[in-house]
Amino acid sequence: MNTYLRLCVAFLLLGSIACGGGNTEKSAAPPATAVADPVNPDTAGALKGSIKLEGTPPAAQTINRRSDPYCEQQGEAKTQNFIVSNGGLENVFVYVKDGLGDMKFPVPTTAVVLDQKGCSYAPRVFGIQAGQPLEILNSDETLHNIHALPMNNREFNRGQALKGLKHTHVFTTAEVMVPFKCDVHNWMNAWVGVLNHPFYTVSGSGGTFDIERLPPGTYSIEAWHEKLGTQTQMVTIGPKETKELSFTFKL
Amino acid sequence: MRLHLYAVLVALSTAVLIFAGGLVTSTGSGLSVPDWPTTYGWFMFTFPLDKMVGGIRFEHAHRLIASTVGFLILILAVWLRLAEPRQWVRRLGYIALGAVVTQGILGGITVLWFLPDPISIAHASLAQLVFCLTIAIALTTSPGWKRAYAGRGPVPDDRILQQIATATTVLVYVQILVGATMRHTDAGLAIPDFPLAFGHLIPPSWDPKIAVHFAHRVGALVVAIFAIATTGHVFYHHRSRPELWRPSALLLVLITLQITLGALTVLSHKHYIINSLHVVTGASVLATSLVLTLRTRRGSFDRLTGSREQDESYGMHRDVRPVRGHA
Repeated sequence: MNTYLRLCVAFLLLGSIACGGGNTEKSAAPPATAVADPVNPDTAGALKGSIKLEGTPPAAQTINRRSDPYCEQQGEAKTQNFIVSNGGLENVFVYVKDGLGDMKFPVPTTAVVLDQKGCSYAPRVFGIQAGQPLEILNSDETLHNIHALPMNNREFNRGQALKGLKHTHVFTTAEVMVPFKCDVHNWMNAWVGVLNHPFYTVSGSGGTFDIERLPPGTYSIEAWHEKLGTQTQMVTIGPKETKELSFTFKL
Repeated sequence: MRLHLYAVLVALSTAVLIFAGGLVTSTGSGLSVPDWPTTYGWFMFTFPLDKMVGGIRFEHAHRLIASTVGFLILILAVWLRLAEPRQWVRRLGYIALGAVVTQGILGGITVLWFLPDPISIAHASLAQLVFCLTIAIALTTSPGWKRAYAGRGPVPDDRILQQIATATTVLVYVQILVGATMRHTDAGLAIPDFPLAFGHLIPPSWDPKIAVHFAHRVGALVVAIFAIATTGHVFYHHRSRPELWRPSALLLVLITLQITLGALTVLSHKHYIINSLHVVTGASVLATSLVLTLRTRRGSFDRLTGSREQDESYGMHRDVRPVRGHA
C-alpha cells in the first residue's frame, strides 16, 4: 500500500516541478535591429479627420465596485464604452491598415505606459509598435492582474500586488486589437493596437484624430471602436498634402 | 461509526468545494490569481485576508477550501488504511487521494495555461468523480451498508432496478460533462430563452455553442425520464425498503430543483449564485443516484470480495485478509 502513497506523492512533486516554471514569463523580445526612417519630411503629408456617431448612445452606467473597498473609495466610476463630445466619438483607434508596402520603420525605444489607476486603465485605447516596450504600472494601493488576450501574440497574465510595481512587455507581432482585462476587477478593460509602423492614433475630444508624417501614397484607413466594430476607407495623399477624412458610426 | 461520520464530513466538504469552484467560473475569476501554487507570490496560506478583493475572493477561497479538502481526504485515506478491514474500501480511499491530488494539479495547470477548455472541463469532471468517491466511502462505511440493510430481509436482487439505476447514474455524469463543456466554452446563454429555443422547440440555426447548449437541455430531459423510471420502479416494487425509496424520492426532488435552477440560470443571465447552485445541485443529483445504484447492488459486493468471514463487530461479512489491529 505504501507504493500507492509514494506514487501519489511523486505525481504531486512531478506536477509541481512541471508547472512551477510556467509563471516566469520572459516578456522581453530580442532588441530590434536599427532601421533608417524611410519617411522623407520634405514630401510627407498628413491625415486629419473626425469620428461621428449617429444615434443616441446608451447612458453611462455606474459601475458597482464594492467588491474591492479601495476601488469603491476612489469615487463613482461609470462605463466608458461610448464617450461622445461635441458629436464626436472618442477612443476610436484609427490606423493605416494597408498601403505602406514593404517599408520598415524604426521602433521607438521609449516605453508606452499603461497605468492602472483608480481601478481603471489609462489609457483605455492606445497603440504601440511591435517591438516597442509596453510598461504596465500599478498606481493603485490594491492588487491587479494584467491579463492580455491576443490572438497572434503570446497571452500573458501577471499579478501586481503592490503599488508602484511595473511589468514590461514587448509584443512581437502586429495585431489590432489586443484586449487587456483585470480578472480581479471585472470592469477593467483596455485595448492596444499593435502595428509595424507609427501611423496610428486614437480619437480625442470631439472625435478628432490626426496622423502625421505619412509618405505620399494610397492607403486603407481603418477606424476601430470597442463596441461598434470597424470601418475602412481609402485615401490618397500627395506630397505635402493634408487630407480630411470622416468616419460615421451608427448605433 | 466515527469513521463513517468523518467520511460524511469529507463528502459534505467536497460538495462545498464544488460550489466554491462553481463560484469561480460563474464570476469569471479563474485567472484573478495568475500564479500557482503561490498567490501573488505569497505562500497560499499566508496570503493576507485584506488582499482578498474582487475575483481573488473566489479564486483564493477555492484554493484554500481545495487544500483543506485534500488534507481531509488524506486523513480519510490514512484512517481507512488503519481501521477499515475491507481492502476494496481502503482502495477507494487511495483512489480518492490520488484523484484529489490530480484534481489540484489540474487546477494549477488550468491557471498557468490560461484556462484551456479541455483542462478546465477535465478539472470540472474530475471534481465530480472525487465527490462520488467520497460519497461511496461514506456509504460503504455506514452501519446500514455494513448490515447489508438486513432489517427487512436482504436487499432484493432486482436486475431491472440495478440496470436503470446504473443507467441513470451514467447519464447524470454524461449530462454533467456536457454541462461542464457548455460552461467552459461560454455557451451558457447560447440559447437565451427558456423553455423554448429562439422561440422554437428546436433551434432554427446552429453553431457549436448552440449545439452543446441544446444537448444539455435534451440531456436534462433524458435524465429526468430515467430518474422517474427508477423512482417509479422503486415505489412500485420496493416500497417497504427505505434504503431504496429515500434516495429515489430525493433524486426526484433534486432533479426538479436542478431543472428549475437551470432555467433560472438562463433567465437570470447566469447570475453567479444561481449558476453555482446549479453546479452543486448537479453534483448532488449524481451523488444521490450513485447511492441508490450502489444500494441496489449491495448483494454484489459480498460476491465480489471473494472469501470472507463473519465479522461479529459489524454483523456482516468482511475480507479474511488480516489488517492491523483486526488480525
